[in-house]
Amino acid sequence: MSGPVRISAPLTDETIKKLRAGDKVLISGVLYTARDAAHKRLIELLDAGKELPFDIRGQIIYYVGPTPERPGQVIGSAGPTTSGRMDAYTPRLIELGLKGMVGKGARSKEVLDSIRKHKAVYMAAVGGAAALIRRSIKKAEIVAYEDLGPEAIRRLEVVDFPAIVVNDAEGGDLFLQGVQKYRRVS
Amino acid sequence: MRQVSIKDIADKVRDLCISAACDLEPDVAAALRAAREKEESPLGKEVLGQIIENFEIAGAEGLPMCQDTGISVFFVEMGREVALDGPLSEAINEGVRRGYKDGYLRKSVCHPLKRINTGDNTPAIIHTSIVEGDRIRIKIAPKGAGSENMSRLKMLKPAEGVEGIKSFIVETVREAGGNPCPPIVLGVGIGGSFEKCAILAKKALLRPVGTKNPDPDLDRLETDLLDMINDLGIGPMGFGGRTTALAVHIEAHPCHIASLPVAVNIQCHAGRHKEAVI
Repeated sequence: MSGPVRISAPLTDETIKKLRAGDKVLISGVLYTARDAAHKRLIELLDAGKELPFDIRGQIIYYVGPTPERPGQVIGSAGPTTSGRMDAYTPRLIELGLKGMVGKGARSKEVLDSIRKHKAVYMAAVGGAAALIRRSIKKAEIVAYEDLGPEAIRRLEVVDFPAIVVNDAEGGDLFLQGVQKYRRVS
Repeated sequence: MRQVSIKDIADKVRDLCISAACDLEPDVAAALRAAREKEESPLGKEVLGQIIENFEIAGAEGLPMCQDTGISVFFVEMGREVALDGPLSEAINEGVRRGYKDGYLRKSVCHPLKRINTGDNTPAIIHTSIVEGDRIRIKIAPKGAGSENMSRLKMLKPAEGVEGIKSFIVETVREAGGNPCPPIVLGVGIGGSFEKCAILAKKALLRPVGTKNPDPDLDRLETDLLDMINDLGIGPMGFGGRTTALAVHIEAHPCHIASLPVAVNIQCHAGRHKEAVI
């Protein structure tokens, strides 16, 4: 197994083109956090014809609701949440230019189709590795929906944030490929 | 009667909430280390390495190992010779309130329809039983939603028998895939009634990983199921591999002649559980 690929966020089309399902990546740059409640509000804004609270083009959304930070800490523990809960909202954001997502677990067919059509990428971080992942987060500021607490949208600055490419822009799918390789049919 | 103050219970519950979130119990830690040695998939091995590094950091730095510090589930065995100076539920909820605030844990409990956060992780889910003696045994099992959401309950027909039970359990794990953060521990309740089998499944998760079921039939069923589940190939985080489950724990209870309830409660690799005796 080859070593990790270092990539920058926001993502460029050139970066996305190179990524393949199963690649280990270390992300440096900016990630925006959003989960269930924030996604709902983003879609409500779009339905009302309003602008999103941040420019989504080229960005990566990290599905996370961190624990509260202790005084002096940048952020609390911050591992990925289950991505499938955001499936209903995701294609709309990809259409607007969202290029990357980091979470855990499988995506719906609609999301996979949208990833392929618009040349985006879905990555997974190791679920539950929240104390380890927080070490790669150097800065965190709330940009919207402070009232949502852990579910507020935060702008994170990360260095060498560890993730694994699950769905690449060409239709590669680590979940399918990995499970096929290790399944024993009795 | 032995007098116990509910303040002492609240203090103990506060500490249990924090230690459960930050210090992985040795049974689960040992099972994860053994799994890393055996895992054939290079990526799976690496994921297990990150999981192990994570709980080591969490324990050393007093950080929650997972940001989902869960809904607070308690099993309380109350000695019949204990006299409390107030309501047990009030003591436990006060302990949860303080533990989640003082430990900087995430408050993850909300109104089911309005989705408004209660702000302090209460109310806790409390299962109480009255037992012999003058002690109170409090077991806490904070439960994250990633794995809880993949849990299932089915009322089988008695004719479906053991084969039906096996296929329902394996299918539940297959459908869950990488969502519940494998390697998982499976708590299974067989029999009882609709609600009884769900509570049995939850209770089964509290048995230390690596211990045998005292019932030889259930022990064999656990071994068979663990093999079937690990043949699915799901692997750590669903990326493919041999380690999909660390253990299968079954609790059984007599049921109605016309029923065969089966509940499958999935626990993520952060199998958090702690207990204290007052």
